[in-house]
Amino acid sequence: MSVNFGYSIAPTRAINYDNCDFSKLHELEQAVPSFKRCINCGACTATCSAQQFTSFNIRKIKTLCMDGQYESLGKELKKCMLCGKCTLVCPRGLALRPIIMTMRKIFVTK
Amino acid sequence: MKKIAIIGAGPAGIEAASILASHDCEVQLFEKSADTLSNITDKAFLFPDFSSAQELANKLNSQLLNDKIKVILNTEIVDIKKDNDDFKIIDRDGKTYVADKVLITTGYNVFDAHRKEELGYGIYKGVITSLDMERMIRHKQITNSIGEEPEKVVFLQCVGSRDEKSGNHYCSKVCCVTAVKQAIEVRKQLPKAQIYVFYMDLRMWGQGFEELYREAQEKYDIRFVRGRISEASATFDSRVQIKSEDTLIGQPLKMTTDLLVLMVGMEPSKGTRTLAENCGIAGPYKFIASEGPHTNDNNTATEGIFVAGTAKRPMSIRDTLTDATAAALEMLK
Repeated sequence: MSVNFGYSIAPTRAINYDNCDFSKLHELEQAVPSFKRCINCGACTATCSAQQFTSFNIRKIKTLCMDGQYESLGKELKKCMLCGKCTLVCPRGLALRPIIMTMRKIFVTK
Repeated sequence: MKKIAIIGAGPAGIEAASILASHDCEVQLFEKSADTLSNITDKAFLFPDFSSAQELANKLNSQLLNDKIKVILNTEIVDIKKDNDDFKIIDRDGKTYVADKVLITTGYNVFDAHRKEELGYGIYKGVITSLDMERMIRHKQITNSIGEEPEKVVFLQCVGSRDEKSGNHYCSKVCCVTAVKQAIEVRKQLPKAQIYVFYMDLRMWGQGFEELYREAQEKYDIRFVRGRISEASATFDSRVQIKSEDTLIGQPLKMTTDLLVLMVGMEPSKGTRTLAENCGIAGPYKFIASEGPHTNDNNTATEGIFVAGTAKRPMSIRDTLTDATAAALEMLK
């Protein structure tokens, strides 16, 4: 029996790692191992062509992936123009275009 | 022949003693405990090359096999007094020794993690320090609070360092790379565990450190999360729940872990603090102040009293040995 107290409890904003599904992250890491080397410097985002005009933030997309937070990724990943400037500036040599292409395969649902 | 007193038989004290002895000095090396090198023999492997801590200790100890070095164990020196041209070295029982010059190498102790009560050390069994982890790695027995193999291990950087609440604003310098080293050791012993390192910055300052960090990410699947864990609490099944923020996406996070490893920083040892105060040569945080900062880094404000190693500031073993060599040469002038 449920009782209506006239108020509800807001869901927490906190990411709960215990309930996160990391299988998609593992799939991505296996496809493009250099993904693991990221140090979150943000050089990719700073030079990004798409970032100049949209909310696209490849560094943040990567971090959300690491946290198992996939919901917004499909929509965001469509904004990339695949110009490849991010790959040129990355200090850890991440293969960013293959990463984005693989992410699109995993996260963009038609 | 110069008579030298060295206080503290750690790596700095031993290295300086052997150099001074090889230059015809007569060295008295004082150690408060029953053994030399306790801050090395409590480690399993050393960064960045995973060489054996015990082997280094053996090598250093073998340098003491010299007629000109007299090792005086179980003797805690509490004061040094200038007496005409000599120094009087006074131990806790009031016994006095005489020397022309004195080198202080009294070193560090790790931060007492009980002081960060919100992290639950000494309250929850799943919360341990980096020293406890070192012991587990050494004995190849990494277990959670109920003696089982942990599924998840979380390291937290900067415990007692870079922290206003602990009164330590400084960076302890070696904990970053120590966590990377320990995380890799844990991975080698527990291939299936999830391993996380929570950090504020990763300061990979030494040769080979950045490469080790990169290897930890790429080869050993260690996850690095930028954020300071603010509190730990117990779960019903004797695990530990932690709260932090992933500051790179600006969202709070929580997770349950079997082990929370607190990377405790370096503080001046009790001996360092005692001598810093009694000899009037205390610097910030009661480390011993050198004349420095760039030159005369082994001299103190008192002529004839020298300092080397972590009695001065946090240092790696390599830097400690280099500093001890410099101090020995300075004392020969």
